[in-house]
Amino acid sequence: MTVLNFLGRGAPLSCRELVELVTDYLEGAMPARERRRFERHIAGCPHCTAYLEQLRTTLDVLGTIGEDDIEEPVREDLLAAFRGWHAERAGDA
Amino acid sequence: MADGTQTRAGAADDAELVARLRLGDERAFATLVARYSPSMLRVARMYVSSQAVAEDVVQETWLGFLRGLDRFEGRSSLKTWLFRILVNRAITRGEREARSVPFSALDSGDEGDSPTVEADRFGADGAWLTPPRPFDQPEIRAHALELRGELRSALAELPERQRVVVTLHDVEGLGTDEVATLLGITENNARVLLHRGRAHLQATLAGYVDHGAGRNEPARGEDSST
Repeated sequence: MTVLNFLGRGAPLSCRELVELVTDYLEGAMPARERRRFERHIAGCPHCTAYLEQLRTTLDVLGTIGEDDIEEPVREDLLAAFRGWHAERAGDA
Repeated sequence: MADGTQTRAGAADDAELVARLRLGDERAFATLVARYSPSMLRVARMYVSSQAVAEDVVQETWLGFLRGLDRFEGRSSLKTWLFRILVNRAITRGEREARSVPFSALDSGDEGDSPTVEADRFGADGAWLTPPRPFDQPEIRAHALELRGELRSALAELPERQRVVVTLHDVEGLGTDEVATLLGITENNARVLLHRGRAHLQATLAGYVDHGAGRNEPARGEDSST
C-alpha cells in the first residue's frame, strides 16, 4: 500500500467505500484520480461490478416510470387557450 | 444506459417546435403539451395537495409559458424553462393552500454519512460478505412492468427531499445542475440526496428480484383460466 501511495495511485478502495461513491461516479462528479481508483477496484471485483450494474438497471427502470399520457380535457383546454393566445398576438401585430 | 437517449433526443426538435408555435402552429403546441405535461404534473403534484390543483398548475404554467415566450431565447433548455415556471407556480399554490413547503423544510431523511448499504453486508476489511446477486437481464426485461410498479411505490415512499431530487433527475431527466438551481440547493447536496434515494430504490428492486419477481404468480387470480 505504501508503494502504491508512493506511486501516487492512492490506497485501494474497499467495497464498503466504493458503494458510497457510485453516484459521484455515474454523475461524472469525480476527479480523474478518484475515478481511476474507482475503476481499478471495479475491474477486479465482480461483486462491486454487480452492484453497479444493479444501479444502472434501477436507473433504466426509473427512466421509464414517467411514461403516461395527459388527460384529454386538459389538453383541449390548453389548445383552446393557445388559439386565444395566437389570435391576440396576431391582433397586436 | 442504452435507453437514456430518449429524453436527450427530444432537445433537438424542441427548438423547432418552439419556432413553429411562434408562427401559430397549433400542432407544435400540442406536441409540446403532450411531451412535457405528464412530467410537469408529477412535479407539480409534489408541491400541492391534490391532482386537480396540480393540473391547474400545469395549465397555468403553459399559459405563463405562452405569455413569456418572447423572452425565451433558447439559452436554457425548454424543459428547464418550463420547470422553472412550474415550480414557482406550484410553490405559490402550495403556500396559498397553507401547505407551505419550501424545499428546505421538507423531510430529508438521513443526509448524514451513514452507509447506504447495511454495514453487516461487509466484513471487517470492508469487502462484501453478502454480495449483490447479479441481475438476470432477460428476467428483468420480462418483468419490466412489475418492476416499474415496484419502483413507483418505493419512490413515493422516499423521504420528500430525496423523492423530489430523484424524480427530477432520474425520472424527468434534468441534470444535477438544473435540479440544484431549481430547488435552491448546491449540486453537491443534490447528489447526496440522489445517492441516498437511489440506494434505497436499488435495494428495493434487488429485494424484489431476489424474492422472485413474478414467480409467485398467479397470486391475484390474474390467470384467465376461469
